[in-house]
Amino acid sequence: MENPIISFEKFSFKYNAQAKPTLYDIDLSIRPGEKILIAGPSGCGKSTLAHCINGLVPHSFAGESSGRLSIDGKDSAKLSIFDVSQVVGTVLQDSDGQFIGLTVAEDIAFALENACIGEPELHELVLKAAQSVNVAGHLAHAPTELSGGQKQRVSMAGVMVDDVKVLLFDEPLANLDPATGKQAIELIDLIQKRTGAAVIIIEHRLEDVLHRHVDRIVLMQNGRIIADEAPDRLLSSRLLKENGIREPLYLTALRYAGVEIKEDMQPRSMGSIRLSEEDVEKVRAWYSFGAKTEEKGEKEPLLEIEDLSFAYSRGHQALSDISLRIDKGEIVAIVGNNGAGKSTLSKLICGFETAQSGKMLLEGEDMAGLSIKERADRIGYVMQNPNQMISKVLIRDEVALGLRTRGVDEQEIQSRVDETLKICGLWPFRSWPVSALSYGQKKRVTIASILVLRPKMIILDEPTAGLDYRNYTEIMEFLSLLNKQGVTVVMITHDMHLMLEYAHRALVINDGRLIADSSCSRVLTDAQLIEKASLKETSLYPLALRCGIEDASAFVERFIDYEREVEGK
Amino acid sequence: MKKSPVTTIVAIGIGAALFFVLGRFVSIPSPVPNTNISTQYGLLAFMAVLFGPLAGALIGFIGHALIDFSFGWGVWWSWVIASGVFGLLVGLASKKIRLDEGVCGKKEILGFNVTQIIAHIICWGLVAPVLDIVIYAEPLEKLFAQGLFSAISNSVTTAIVGTLFCIAYAAAKPKKGSLKEEE
Amino acid sequence: MRNIFNFIDRPSPIHELTGATKLICLVLWSLAAMTSYDTRFLIFLPLVSFVLFRASRIKISDVSFMLGFTAVFMVLNNVLVFAISPDHGAGVYGTEHILLGRGRYALTAEQLFYHANLILKYLSTIPIVLLFVCTTNPSEFAASLNRIGVKYSIAYSVALALRYIPDIQREYHEISQAQQARGIEMSKKESLVKRLKSASAILIPLILSSMDRIETISNAMELRGFGKNKKRTWYMGRKFSKADIGAIVFCALLCVAALLLNYINGGRFYNPFI
Repeated sequence: MENPIISFEKFSFKYNAQAKPTLYDIDLSIRPGEKILIAGPSGCGKSTLAHCINGLVPHSFAGESSGRLSIDGKDSAKLSIFDVSQVVGTVLQDSDGQFIGLTVAEDIAFALENACIGEPELHELVLKAAQSVNVAGHLAHAPTELSGGQKQRVSMAGVMVDDVKVLLFDEPLANLDPATGKQAIELIDLIQKRTGAAVIIIEHRLEDVLHRHVDRIVLMQNGRIIADEAPDRLLSSRLLKENGIREPLYLTALRYAGVEIKEDMQPRSMGSIRLSEEDVEKVRAWYSFGAKTEEKGEKEPLLEIEDLSFAYSRGHQALSDISLRIDKGEIVAIVGNNGAGKSTLSKLICGFETAQSGKMLLEGEDMAGLSIKERADRIGYVMQNPNQMISKVLIRDEVALGLRTRGVDEQEIQSRVDETLKICGLWPFRSWPVSALSYGQKKRVTIASILVLRPKMIILDEPTAGLDYRNYTEIMEFLSLLNKQGVTVVMITHDMHLMLEYAHRALVINDGRLIADSSCSRVLTDAQLIEKASLKETSLYPLALRCGIEDASAFVERFIDYEREVEGK
Repeated sequence: MKKSPVTTIVAIGIGAALFFVLGRFVSIPSPVPNTNISTQYGLLAFMAVLFGPLAGALIGFIGHALIDFSFGWGVWWSWVIASGVFGLLVGLASKKIRLDEGVCGKKEILGFNVTQIIAHIICWGLVAPVLDIVIYAEPLEKLFAQGLFSAISNSVTTAIVGTLFCIAYAAAKPKKGSLKEEE
Repeated sequence: MRNIFNFIDRPSPIHELTGATKLICLVLWSLAAMTSYDTRFLIFLPLVSFVLFRASRIKISDVSFMLGFTAVFMVLNNVLVFAISPDHGAGVYGTEHILLGRGRYALTAEQLFYHANLILKYLSTIPIVLLFVCTTNPSEFAASLNRIGVKYSIAYSVALALRYIPDIQREYHEISQAQQARGIEMSKKESLVKRLKSASAILIPLILSSMDRIETISNAMELRGFGKNKKRTWYMGRKFSKADIGAIVFCALLCVAALLLNYINGGRFYNPFI
């Protein structure tokens, strides 16, 4: 057996700023050419582990370590961050932060420039690396002219020019639309096969990573490795769910149907899993047992949009002839590829931009004359990153901000803020500074600061981005609760699970046009639509087909209903 | 925030970009016609406190030069240099303020503001006009009138915007302490 | 908004010069224009820059937006000079020939001549900066700074500023929209202090997220070996050609001429009144 390229032995690490260690007794070895997935909930230590591998710990984040970590056979304590970067190439989660050059070519060249590689080698190497990830046609483009997927590929090229032996990906799927995410996983697989480098992927979206073969999954919790197994073995255990990681949906469905998942069934993907006739029968029985509950009440329209068109000044048509209706009390998901026009639509609704033609009615009233502020009284908008919204030190002040600018009297403000804090589960923290909260809690603060204005509808841009499964569930349950109290919720999202589980309806936007307005289960089982809008089919769809269930959409509905029942959702 | 030579370089780059964006796009109508309130000096003072004199000097210099380049009214080196000197002076004088440790009390705020007012007076009342005389031989009275207006308006903006930045940054630093959940 | 600096990519002899050459020329030219107040020299420089503009194939319509700023700026400055110091010309040239009116704001030939010189001074310094901006690829700028002796780390910070201006601009725009929806305004109706406070409420999230950005970028740079060596190469760096050397020599001669004129005139001003 080859010597490991990375090996941790009884390794522990504590940041200087923290009281307790972040990593305990890590034993892990990674051999050349292996492909490893590291998963775990927020705060489990997986990012710190990654920092240890690429040298940011201890060079950028100081702390104390014990035990041993060797990289390419050398003691990491004796290596500089530059030595490590010759062995380990890192692709960070933040594709804009990683993209340092003014153009694609300069960014790919960055590491070579720092290594003092001169002409003509420099240009040749850059071109070769660009070709290997398919961006050679964009060499002179600035990052603002690229899509998220292209930026990520440039980042890959930028670390591959160094001929590294290990490629480390930190949440590679975080900012990509589902189809682009799928392509990224395929490209990582291809690169690994071509270069023979070891690949380490840190990601909590397990099912998406398992789209391609993975040798081992390392599961972390509370700073320790609690499992280090082949996917088939880990997936057949209950460890994932117990530790806040979502297992692939087809496995959950099989378990619901009473099928026991065993290692020899090869459960690692929908393509490999073996189902006995008995298993199939169980699934069919479970499906037919579920009585359909079609609820059709009279709906009252809240927002009606007619023939809305919009172009940014340069003549590029961003939205064309959008007509849709959102009813009171709905949860609607807006989906589509990056740049399709989803954000533009929400900007038009909020009044940040003005449409060239078309009409918007809010409770039957024409919105054309309403200012941004007046619209905000009835339609709240929550940005993706809570850090981009919070401007006050104390939670109370942040939540009260919108009321203060509206000149509401102080007594009224206090009682409304108290009420909102209670609804949002922030009451215990009411006198804390915002900075003491976790990312998920900050998200709640931003929602609270919008809710306090008592809007009829809130629009959320990627409400669960950057959250692990536990925080995701918390936020979404909270939004469902609000919805039950009468707030209409519109979510812009790339997360197919999210839309399937929580939205009543999906609006699919592609190239500035509304191409579907249908139930989520129908959208995610329509192959043509999925392809066109860069979505990703749910794995429940092939499962339904395997089990000979023709109405896949109804099967998906059954799954969601059942899940709501068992999970008490 | 970690402090390494690379961090300082990045802070200069991002600081200059922020200075540019604030100077060009965040214009607040002022009471005097044809002038704008320059919020970027609040940013510059804050960055100089956080990253020191070298970063302060270069953020002011690069940021201001980029603004001039983009407007096409020529590069007014005298004023560009004065911006750099402002960053340098604030950085030098506020080494004792430790925003990174989350400290920004009355003493720090007072110190910060005394420093920035003196620095503004030196830069716009002395450095910029003197350089303008050397380069353009413009009349003394006109230059000092301009300088005085700039010194006053920039001091006011820095006092409000810069101080608020410092408080917000210090407050966002995690502090170990006695936070307890309340019932 | 990649083109905030108005770089216009067209094949021309000026575009073919390396960024470093243009930077050196800009510095030398500016020094020459700053040193001298000789009227003849100040007429010569704008004429040369006009020729250079023609050679660069930059059209008036390409830069009309920027020229507008220049014009407003020039007018304002002249008005301000006259309003505050109507007798500055007399002071500079030592004589006083009244052409019009009387009292403090009497128009003298000297004052008029001084204003003409001031305008020429602007015309000597401003167009050349415009030319530099229009013909220099921003990507080449950092490499050029390093070439003329600026430490590469400092040069790179300029590249970073150029790289992240569009990102920060977009982020500012988004934050400001979301904050406006919560009722924060910077309209003229409010008092100055209140307006500044509102601006801060919009800017604070931008500043704090930029601090995170600094950390991410510096990590990304260290992970890719920035700062490892005393030197670095540049993808956009180019070698000097004969034309480059010629251009630098020409601008150096301008500097020499400016110094010589100062010596011959016995001061910075060319004085037709004595």
